Amino acid sequence: MKNTLRQVFHSPKFVGGFVIFAAILLLMIIYPLINPGDPLEMIGVNTFAKPGTYVSLYDATKAKYEPMRLADAEDKRLDAYLSAEDRVAMVEWFDLAGIDISNLDIEDTDALMDMWNDNYDPAFKVKGMTKAKVNYFRRLDNSIQQLQSADVIVLADTNEETGELEETGQVSKTDYVNVNSVVNVKFLPLGTDNFGRDVFKELVSAIGTSMLIGLLAGSVATLIGLTLGLLAGYVGGVVDDIIMFVTNVFTVIPSFVLLILITYSISQDQRGAAVVGGVIGLTSWTWTTRSVRSQVISLRNRDHVNLSKLSGHSLVRIVLTDILPYIASYVVMAFILQVSSGILAEAQLSMLGLGPKMTEVPTLGLMMNWAMLYSAHTNGSWWAYFPVILTIALISFSLNLMNTGLDQVFNPTLRD
Amino acid sequence: MKGYRKYFGKKIIWFIITFIAAVILNFVLPRLMPSDPVAAITGKLMSGTTDAAAVQQVYERYQEEFGTNKPMYQQFFIFCKNALQGNFGLSFSQYPRPVSDIIGSAIGWTIALQLPAILVGWLLGNILGALAAYVRKGFDKVLLPVFLFLGNIPAFGMAVILLVVFGVYLNIAPTAGGYSFDMIPHLSWDFIKSVISHYQLPFWSIVLISIGGQAVGMRSMSIYELNADYVKYSRFLGIKDRKIVGYVFRNAMLPQVTGLALSIGTMIGGALVAEIIFSYPGLGSTMYSAVTAADYPLISATTLIITIMVLLANFALDIVYGFIDPRVKAAQVD
Repeated sequence: MKNTLRQVFHSPKFVGGFVIFAAILLLMIIYPLINPGDPLEMIGVNTFAKPGTYVSLYDATKAKYEPMRLADAEDKRLDAYLSAEDRVAMVEWFDLAGIDISNLDIEDTDALMDMWNDNYDPAFKVKGMTKAKVNYFRRLDNSIQQLQSADVIVLADTNEETGELEETGQVSKTDYVNVNSVVNVKFLPLGTDNFGRDVFKELVSAIGTSMLIGLLAGSVATLIGLTLGLLAGYVGGVVDDIIMFVTNVFTVIPSFVLLILITYSISQDQRGAAVVGGVIGLTSWTWTTRSVRSQVISLRNRDHVNLSKLSGHSLVRIVLTDILPYIASYVVMAFILQVSSGILAEAQLSMLGLGPKMTEVPTLGLMMNWAMLYSAHTNGSWWAYFPVILTIALISFSLNLMNTGLDQVFNPTLRD
Repeated sequence: MKGYRKYFGKKIIWFIITFIAAVILNFVLPRLMPSDPVAAITGKLMSGTTDAAAVQQVYERYQEEFGTNKPMYQQFFIFCKNALQGNFGLSFSQYPRPVSDIIGSAIGWTIALQLPAILVGWLLGNILGALAAYVRKGFDKVLLPVFLFLGNIPAFGMAVILLVVFGVYLNIAPTAGGYSFDMIPHLSWDFIKSVISHYQLPFWSIVLISIGGQAVGMRSMSIYELNADYVKYSRFLGIKDRKIVGYVFRNAMLPQVTGLALSIGTMIGGALVAEIIFSYPGLGSTMYSAVTAADYPLISATTLIITIMVLLANFALDIVYGFIDPRVKAAQVD
């Protein structure tokens, strides 16, 4: 056993898969400890808030200001506030005024502003320019001048007696607030989803539920597949014929269709995560049965099995001690694949709207389903769906990698 | 020829048996459930109605229409008779359109999308696997792992990624539908062009994810064959490398055909869900709208059609296999 484990952990593929899988598991266990609470809590009022750190605007004005002179602050401000439209309009004016713009880069705010300040003249008249257009450029100049001037934002409170605004403070362009001194700050690594829920927290919780569904599906499928495979392979005869007939029928009938038929027949409020996991397991055991059976048949007439039979050991004992240990590695590999396909099956079911109940727990498939229903993919909210796809792919990839590694350890012919 | 006849005869009998089993399952499974679908439908339709007598009336009317008030075996024969005539009843959500009409308009899209996509994915995967086994280098070290990772992305995930990258950001492909929404299907150059441009994203999303799985199977089979005794013996005899490689890959391909037969059900299932992302007018989208609208007759007919499609695909693969592997014929003669 120890030797086998050492061999397994020498396979780079298995170790690679194991590390990815363990990392996902660790995240799943540790993150809820750091950030406890209900993953389905709706914290955002609007939908799809971008990922990032959210600072309470109210609390920020109350916090202590620290004046700072940052050299590039003004440039950054201009860069951000000067809209693309304004830039195009500025270049248009230069062009009309006959200024050489061949070397001008529209993205270079500095050069653009310098040129504007040097050249713009409200009195300058272009032949044929309408009054509205002239006024438009005046307004543009006005707003550009405002961007450059050193004005302040005045904070005011309503006086309760007179109803008048009274100045309580001023915020100037050089005032800074330490994020740590603001009372309310919320870090949302993946923003919020369509219901205003913290996507990262939801994702971690969904990984847990999906893993559970996968584990349950894998266990049910492996248990059924193993039992039927052992029976068919070892007992043989009529039992084998019947089991193989059923197995062959269910191999050809797509399990996806069976899943849809069964889950649709279970009403939505009875469809918990456990039920869905169990149903997925019930429809995906055929593959395990076939491979276990063929393994058992090759073992059935080995000397040690015959010896056990001659010693009068019971069927259960022979199967458990003389056959099961030899096929254990196959069963483990089959189990790993079943878990991975169980997670995928849940996701596909949820995409069809046949997943677990929506209100109780998030699963990877349900998150995907929500994101698609609220068209996150067309409105640019990548954080609502991309991490989910990546997580499913990573879980499935790591499990398959582990499976390939195991296969190479136990099947020497596959080694390169 | 005798061997073939025996082989095909066996396959046809097997096909008929599984077909009957599939029809029975399709009929029995929803009826075995403790919840009464007719009651559920009535509940959904009549929610908000407090008049118990009216609800009862609607319930009985539906019982009559679906025939659920008759004994199970009678229902089954009625179901079979109607299904054979292509009569699956009327759709709830698109009332009074018959279910067979809805499915008839969807099935062509699904077959035209999935059949070429699965075949192309299978072919590209086998080529990549063979190259990874024989040439190695970049194919084995870079391309294969990349496609293996891509193969683990679920079909709908790949569909979303392609849609966002090519449809939304690069804006070079349409994002939804099987053809431009302002067109009516007709035979013209414009319409065909529109269909082809809408075809690209769903097609490639299926192809890209199926390459990896096929390639890794082909690679290990090729390595196994390359190390087989007949290869060593052929080399010893001085047969040209090229000829040997031809034999090796022909042998390695055979299990791949069986592999395709075994995985085709899963692949179609995944691709059907991917259709939803593109609102492709095929069976996947039909099923999705049927589920969301609780359109019971439509769901049961779609699942039946999909099962039949998978069964037929399997049957076709079995026939092909019989022709390309002469050992099958030999085994039957013994």
